[in-house]
Amino acid sequence: MSNDKKFFTRMGDGSVVYMTEVEIREDIAAGVADAATRGKIPPLSTDEIQRIYEIVTMPGIVVGVEPGQEIVSTSDSGADKVGAKCGVPVDRTTQAVIHERVLGCDSVDIGFRDYNYKTAKGVVEHEAHAVRSALNITTMPIFYGAMTNLGFYTKPDGPVENWAELLPQGRIEESFKAQEEAVEHAVRDVVYVAEQMNTAGADAMNLDTSGAGGDADFLAALKATEIIRERFPDLAVEIGMAGEFVLGMHGKLKYDGVRLAGLYPHQQVKLVEKAGASIFGAVVNTNCNMSFAWNIARVCTFMKACVEVASIPVHANVGMGVCGIPMCEIIPTDSVSRADKCMIEICKIDGY
Amino acid sequence: MGGIRTAGDLVIRMQLTHKMKLDEAKKYVAEKLGVSVMDLCDVVKMAEVREDLGIGIQEPFNGANIGMEAKFRISEILGQKINSVERFKERAGVK
Repeated sequence: MSNDKKFFTRMGDGSVVYMTEVEIREDIAAGVADAATRGKIPPLSTDEIQRIYEIVTMPGIVVGVEPGQEIVSTSDSGADKVGAKCGVPVDRTTQAVIHERVLGCDSVDIGFRDYNYKTAKGVVEHEAHAVRSALNITTMPIFYGAMTNLGFYTKPDGPVENWAELLPQGRIEESFKAQEEAVEHAVRDVVYVAEQMNTAGADAMNLDTSGAGGDADFLAALKATEIIRERFPDLAVEIGMAGEFVLGMHGKLKYDGVRLAGLYPHQQVKLVEKAGASIFGAVVNTNCNMSFAWNIARVCTFMKACVEVASIPVHANVGMGVCGIPMCEIIPTDSVSRADKCMIEICKIDGY
Repeated sequence: MGGIRTAGDLVIRMQLTHKMKLDEAKKYVAEKLGVSVMDLCDVVKMAEVREDLGIGIQEPFNGANIGMEAKFRISEILGQKINSVERFKERAGVK
């Protein structure tokens, strides 16, 4: 192979770039090293690094796995992508059936367009109707999904002081108190919605984008999961993360004696297991300024470490801007299929 | 996996209810359906199996099981409770 042959690939923002074998191999090595250093986890083996190179440079737009290696899928706001994202005038119950019988999805979640539990609580009766209607006419599992989204509990829309305003003013203790109070509000709302969904007969709850508001946000998801599993044992829970790293907006919050701030996926999953969730939706962020090769190598290093320690199924979140998928609205299938193939073959993920 | 085109909906049910990792869930479902693990992802094989067992197919003909009635059968075959089936039984007074 000529050293100056250039391969079609992409940057983390989705733009096309042509790179030589040497450039791609350098980026893969750098991506692995970055994840290993940040996560304090083992790097990938030489064979695994070679496999990533082969997949990144594989001919064809869409690549796939060998028969028998197929994995299952979950979603976030899946049953409203057709309506809300694509603007097709069709209700969520119908969208759930489309996901099952047209798109061949393994499961789908129904969620409110303003995808958070605080908002869903106010219209939960209507939400439960949509879920129950879908459950009557679909065969696959139906989740109800939303975000804990702790920021929604701050003034002026919510009941507690805004810690993002308190922190720059040096009002540290007040910011702690506000976040701790918000956790209690969020847990109550998630459990209230879960109760209605259990009555409707939903198969599972998806606590999506957990940790978006930092460590307190993640704590709310863990606490809510614990209560849901205790009160509604037939209602499973999936916790999906917002990012690879739990931000320490509070910094001192703990769950099961473990400080939440600074946890990476292989550490997050152990707490998710402890809380009683059935599926962990792991996230590794995409860096727009780096190549797909750098990003996916970094993703595989984190994801492999996570799957290895997990005793529950790990579903990699392969949406816009996470797990190697470029940060752009219209997702290129060349990148998606390569990211999927890498994570199935190298990380042995249980789903996505 | 392809959902009801194959056996993806059944495999993910085992992940949800029993927290099974992928390989374990596939093996469990294959045993319950009396097929091989490789068969689980074969749309041709699984369309026949699903039709025979009445557990829902992608293009349901008139009279084919789909939705709730398919889930009653799935619950029985997999030997696991399905929340919506249990709620349906309670409301309909089905023992």
